[in-house]
Amino acid sequence: MAVNKKIRELQEKRQKILLGGGEQAIEKQKAMGKRTARERIMALLDKDSFMEYDMFVEHDARDFDMDKKSLPSDGVIIGSGTIYGAPVAIFAQDFTVAGGSLGLMHSRKIAKIMDHALKMRIPLIGINDSGGARIQEGVNSLAGYGEIFFRNTISSGVIPQISVILGPCAGGAVYSPALMDFVFVVDNISKMFITGPEVIKTVLGEEISMEELGGARVHSEITGNAHFFAHSEDECFEQIKRLITFIPWNNSRKAKSFDPGEPDKSFDPEKIVPDDPTLPYDVKDVIRSIVDKSDFFEIMELYAKNIVIGFGRLGGRTTGFVANQPLEMAGVLDVDSSDKAARFIRYCDAFNIPIVTLVDLPGYLPGVDQEHAGVIRHGAKVLYAYSEATVPKLTVILRKAYGGGYIAMSSRHLRADFVFAWPTAEIAVMGPEGAANIIFRKEIMSSDDPDGMRKQKVEEYKAKFANPYVAAAKGYVDAVIEPKETRRFLLHAIEVSENKVVPMPEKKHGLPPF
Amino acid sequence: MKEFENLGLLNINSSLYKTRLSPKFINRKPYKKADQRIILSFIPGTVLDILVSEGQKVKKGDDLMILDAMKMQNKLKSTADGTVRKIFVNKGNKVAKGTKLIEMK
Repeated sequence: MAVNKKIRELQEKRQKILLGGGEQAIEKQKAMGKRTARERIMALLDKDSFMEYDMFVEHDARDFDMDKKSLPSDGVIIGSGTIYGAPVAIFAQDFTVAGGSLGLMHSRKIAKIMDHALKMRIPLIGINDSGGARIQEGVNSLAGYGEIFFRNTISSGVIPQISVILGPCAGGAVYSPALMDFVFVVDNISKMFITGPEVIKTVLGEEISMEELGGARVHSEITGNAHFFAHSEDECFEQIKRLITFIPWNNSRKAKSFDPGEPDKSFDPEKIVPDDPTLPYDVKDVIRSIVDKSDFFEIMELYAKNIVIGFGRLGGRTTGFVANQPLEMAGVLDVDSSDKAARFIRYCDAFNIPIVTLVDLPGYLPGVDQEHAGVIRHGAKVLYAYSEATVPKLTVILRKAYGGGYIAMSSRHLRADFVFAWPTAEIAVMGPEGAANIIFRKEIMSSDDPDGMRKQKVEEYKAKFANPYVAAAKGYVDAVIEPKETRRFLLHAIEVSENKVVPMPEKKHGLPPF
Repeated sequence: MKEFENLGLLNINSSLYKTRLSPKFINRKPYKKADQRIILSFIPGTVLDILVSEGQKVKKGDDLMILDAMKMQNKLKSTADGTVRKIFVNKGNKVAKGTKLIEMK
């Protein structure tokens, strides 16, 4: 009987805690179109897989009447569970409890699950929904953030870290997501900023809404802080689950293999890419013509669209794709696209994911704004990331590959393992128009018909250099292939690279230009 | 081949590419050389005090105006000897970054 009584007592205690901040607070949360923290965990993880820890943790703050306040689970839920059978560690801030504010015990719970994830070498998922530091706990809450940032950094490149912003995430709190691998946001729900609209108005006199300042769209399109944009929490959870299928549990494993399947025949690479290098096409269709089942999972779809990054599978194995997008800004490299590509290349390298690079770019974007925004230092990130990466690097030059852009896009010279080129490839120091203007400047200027002469010289240059064979003659290109042979060559290259070993000089760490 | 909408032209090294132009590119501010005669607010704030009047002769280093911003009282000094030609703001005005404050001669 005594045992039964104790069990009942436990059940009652649990029931009380499961209510979080109480019914009123839950109603308010729902009115904002948001789920509660535990509901979110249940929606994301496999059914009945979640095990909660530290449910009974309580704060011990005394100042400002805090000793009279009970905050169930101290406003954050932690535990572990599975997604499609793969184990994950998870925390979710509970906005119904003191606005999800971060106090000492709250942060200790997060730190505990982070330590756990690192020790067990399983992915960490963090759901943020918090008003920020619990002011009443003073410097203890600052200490809490610091402990979290430190763990984010130490775990980086060891376990995947996924951040989900499902509410406000303001002030110092934003730096935990910023240090994680992938950030998910939901329209009208996510809000991230360092200083909010109130402060900006008082100090600077600028008026702006939270949504315009740091809403989901802003971070997906303008700042590049977010990697995945969803219209609802449900869509967001589906995206996270899909991502989990593409990535390994940790840096000593490979991602799970799936049954391979042929691409959809309607994506015919010969019909996607126009011969004229100044005409656009959607490079995502080329990716779909190559990957298993034409299944491509794009990352940062709305940011720096001139470069496309994402995951697909080749022969069942996860592969990272980096592709210039001629449809957007002619596929140029610029500050934002360099930043986007470089980080993804490093992600793939950290987690044993081979990289396929599809090249079709006219070079770097000219402009005072680009130069002053540091296109030199940002562009260098791409060179650094490709050079440093030791995972299999496979490059396909689809069409133009001019100048510095050619070198940067996983060229042979940065140690690409395989470089293939389509017959439409033009590997040259610049486009025919620009090159002819410089090389034949005298002939053009002194001609009676400069325009006619220019045209003639452009054609001469095209005939001689606008092809893949000059580079192939030097061995910079391993094979010139038909577009329809691309998948077969890549599948073979992936197989050959399976046990790739690259000796690297010993160092503590390099100094990437970030 | 697919047809695409909203295409513009982008000139890279004398070649014209048919492509979509990003809002960031379209809305970029064309570079303008700074006009030394015009003093702009380097930060948003409030005009706390105006220390000169139109037509007044000033020397390099003279205080022209106090701009209150970020809880600091910033003294705006003249960068050269000259005459105050026009003052565009009044005491107490809130100004955005880049607002014309004074024109010198």
